[in-house]
Amino acid sequence: MPVRLSAVIRRSLAKRRLAPRYSGAGLLWRGVRNSSWPRVWREPPLKKSYDVVVIGGGVHGLATAYYLAANHGITDVAVLDKAYLGSGGSGRNTAIVRSNYLTPEGVAFYDRSLELYNTMSADLNLNVMFSERGHLTLAHTDSAVRTMRWRAEVNKLQNIDSSVIGPAEISRIAPSLDTSPNTRYPILAALYHPPGGTIRHDAVVWAYARAADAHGVDMHQKTEVIDITCEGGEGPDGKGPGAKVTGVCTSKGDVSARVVINCTAGWAGLIAAMAGLKLPITTHPLQAAVTEPVKVFLPTVVVSGSLHVYVSQTDRGELVFGASVDPFATYDMGGTLDFTEELAGHVLELMPAVSEMRLLRQWAGLCDITPDYSPVMGFTPVEGFLCDVGWGTYGFKAGPVSGEQLAKCVAEQATPELISPFALSRFDSGMLVGEKGAAAVGH
Amino acid sequence: MLLVPCPHCGPRNSADMSYQGEASSRPDPSSTTPTEWREYLYMKHNPAGWLRENWYCSSGCRRFFTVERHTVTSEFREPPLPGSKTPRPTGDGADPARGAP
Repeated sequence: MPVRLSAVIRRSLAKRRLAPRYSGAGLLWRGVRNSSWPRVWREPPLKKSYDVVVIGGGVHGLATAYYLAANHGITDVAVLDKAYLGSGGSGRNTAIVRSNYLTPEGVAFYDRSLELYNTMSADLNLNVMFSERGHLTLAHTDSAVRTMRWRAEVNKLQNIDSSVIGPAEISRIAPSLDTSPNTRYPILAALYHPPGGTIRHDAVVWAYARAADAHGVDMHQKTEVIDITCEGGEGPDGKGPGAKVTGVCTSKGDVSARVVINCTAGWAGLIAAMAGLKLPITTHPLQAAVTEPVKVFLPTVVVSGSLHVYVSQTDRGELVFGASVDPFATYDMGGTLDFTEELAGHVLELMPAVSEMRLLRQWAGLCDITPDYSPVMGFTPVEGFLCDVGWGTYGFKAGPVSGEQLAKCVAEQATPELISPFALSRFDSGMLVGEKGAAAVGH
Repeated sequence: MLLVPCPHCGPRNSADMSYQGEASSRPDPSSTTPTEWREYLYMKHNPAGWLRENWYCSSGCRRFFTVERHTVTSEFREPPLPGSKTPRPTGDGADPARGAP
């Protein structure tokens, strides 16, 4: 009980210290008075002990910390990131959200995520610029059309707005697409998913960071985890299966913790190895690129699995392109020329009219790919060490719901139903959740 | 583009190759335990450092070979000898971050 009380006091103090709610009136007031905005979150010193330590300050880590504090009253939480918040996949993805996946498990999960994204701006008092513009997944072959129909039926059974449409309807929705039959890969049909869209990914990171901070969560940037301390395990230093986590060693000092959560995406395997665990994960870079801004002409998100490309237009008018992951495992985030060449070819195949546009820049993010293209979430053989990894190329759209469910998992010490299909133990039982058809390229 | 040192064809673009993943030895299916089989099928070292991995020279000699590549700098160690399944010994000792034996 005294713990609860202190948490409540600290939360109310933290709230008082924080900037006022963001609102139109506040913006006008500060604009008129020319006053500066206060810091959005605190930078507290690293304590010697926390109840929960979250490694990785991206959408997943921050959402977990936020829901731990907001939904379950666990506020003695630290979020550690070796660089700045949102420096990994959270700031490098192409900001697309959708829920038209292939397996019932996947559909249920992403639909909850979309619900949370829908109300996020109001819930967290920060405009995340959710643009529900619709999502087209193009099919260029008969087998792809068959998969689209399959996905549409799975989706409809789960009450997801998703249907297969023909070329005439496609060119009505997105006139810039070349739907003529005279192309190398003619567009035969598309899976149309109106609730899909884009969100400003940085804003999601900031919204969760600000809200978590208001609840008393400490965020430590430029704090790299060097080792995880365990006791009682089978492996060296008491690590490995059967061990119990005691804390983490960081570049800013050691921290003891009851629970350590791994939300490090591409670096997940390295963090798990610190606890003596091996994960079914390989790290591949995924490259993306953005063009110069032009007037708005592309009203939806367009994805082509066969051409390995997805395109959307930002509010500024830039076209954002993404592709599939690079074929070999690497931690190297440098862009490659072959990516640019292939991308340009495929985009022109879809939209010949953009041939004169120039690319502004390209970048890569690290993806943690699992054998069945589904995540690894929840408890591991090391007690107190939880994972929220293996998100591969689709982690951004799942951020809110994974944070919510993982927080529930920590607070209740039981795996919530929504994430039970994604447990690490599925690789023992062989109950894999094959999402390759809907997740490998399709965004 | 990554130039992969094929022991038969010399350096070739990675687009001419098919990546086969981490090199590991397959346990005997008749005597292995489910845990060992799972380790072999799914679990990866995924190091940020030297990794022993398999490639398939799909557009060239169409043979499988094993090389060591650094997963951060993308450099390759000594290319393997033709016909050998293991890379040449480089003489710089064991690296704790290397892949499966």
